[in-house]
Amino acid sequence: MKIGVLSLQGDFDAHAKRLAQLGADPVEVRYGEQLDRVQGLVLPGGESTTNLILLEEEGLWCPLHSFAAEKPILGTCAGAILLAREVENPSQPSLAAIDMRIERNAYGRQSDSSIRVVEPEPMFARRASGDALEAVFIRAPIIRSVGPSVDVLLRDAGNPILVEQGRHLAATFHAELTDDTRLHELFLGKVKSGHR
Amino acid sequence: MFLTDEFRLKVGLAEQLKGGVIMDVTDADQAKVAEQAGAVAVMALERVPADIRKEGGVARMANIEKIREIMATVTIPVMAKTRIGHFAEAMVLQALKVDYIDESEVLTPADEEHHIDKHGFRTPFVCGARNLGEALRRIAEGAAMIRTKGEAGSGNVVEAVRHMRAIQRQMRQLKVASRDELAGIAKELQAPLELVESVAHEGKLPVPNFSAGGIATPADAALVMSLGAEAVFVGSGIFKSEDPERRAAAVVKATTFFSDPEKLLEACRDLGEPMPGLDVATLDESELLQTRGW
Repeated sequence: MKIGVLSLQGDFDAHAKRLAQLGADPVEVRYGEQLDRVQGLVLPGGESTTNLILLEEEGLWCPLHSFAAEKPILGTCAGAILLAREVENPSQPSLAAIDMRIERNAYGRQSDSSIRVVEPEPMFARRASGDALEAVFIRAPIIRSVGPSVDVLLRDAGNPILVEQGRHLAATFHAELTDDTRLHELFLGKVKSGHR
Repeated sequence: MFLTDEFRLKVGLAEQLKGGVIMDVTDADQAKVAEQAGAVAVMALERVPADIRKEGGVARMANIEKIREIMATVTIPVMAKTRIGHFAEAMVLQALKVDYIDESEVLTPADEEHHIDKHGFRTPFVCGARNLGEALRRIAEGAAMIRTKGEAGSGNVVEAVRHMRAIQRQMRQLKVASRDELAGIAKELQAPLELVESVAHEGKLPVPNFSAGGIATPADAALVMSLGAEAVFVGSGIFKSEDPERRAAAVVKATTFFSDPEKLLEACRDLGEPMPGLDVATLDESELLQTRGW
């Protein structure tokens, strides 16, 4: 199963390693036409501004919009920002694939980055497992609100940190920087089962 | 040491910067230019290395108001330089909440024998290195990111290449070394055995390995990326060139597409003049910045 990892800038290598560890075939994506050959796509963490500039410059918006309309995407941190309907601090373009409002750098600077242990919501427990999950937040965004068709799979301090809408998943933390494989398994499961 | 949450967070931010360009800036206007060109972070300092080299004198941590202005202007991470061994400057930078501290040979060293005990800080540190031993000593002290020293302010990539090649070569040698050779190699490298074992096992440094010191063109950036750098620092190369906006964007593009000749050609077009370069071989030993620190 070929899974693309958008590799313009960021921790794409950590995602590729995790996908390979789970038996998928990761493909570093830097060109629009590569999207035709992958069944799912990971938008990694990295610098949001940098990724936006490169997306624009390389003409990747259009192929990404088409991809999002058909196939599953997992976005983490900067990738989650890219999936949101509305971005704040500052306002910026996004794919609007998930009906949520997200605020960049909402915890503050690196000094406010943290690793926290999170208890799963029932839906995550049912589909993955109920064991607590370690969430790594690095200059992370906060999901400020979600629309009615969005499911919240994980929360921390009341804020959604893992959400799902249809075929797409967005996490504000970095599962790729821990040993916990559940988020990527959940995503690969969606790709395999035809997006459910 | 690698299992503490604090250290994982420090390395975690470095992971997010991979494949990107960190640009030296001296004020908020330059920081804005860097951000709009696609820099993943900016490095605040009082003068770019080329000016430090020209003007001489003692180079210190940047003016706090300047750093504050830069932090207020951009949303990307802001790093700042402290002098080697000057842990009080580092304390100030931590209190200021910069995102990363560079204990840098570009500034005038405050201590010629000791580097900062970086484990004592919550703020992550990046340090320069010329070879694997130096990189591992800095990591042992708590650095969460390594960059080659190169020769800052020279506009000449030769030293960055030398240092990146040295680190990569020494890591490859470790990979084929037998277990009983590792202690001897650790002694030779003057590095902790635990870290030497980690590199032998993983085939790479336990923290990200970036390149710095003399990168002045998009092609320079692509060269060091091809040699194994995971991201690039550009010091004087941007704002000492004829057209900083274009050059900054071009270096960003070349860093992402370092192995694509067509994209590199696009990046190299219409850039105007690069910064003037120096032949490092003609520099007097006392003019070299890379020999500061150990």
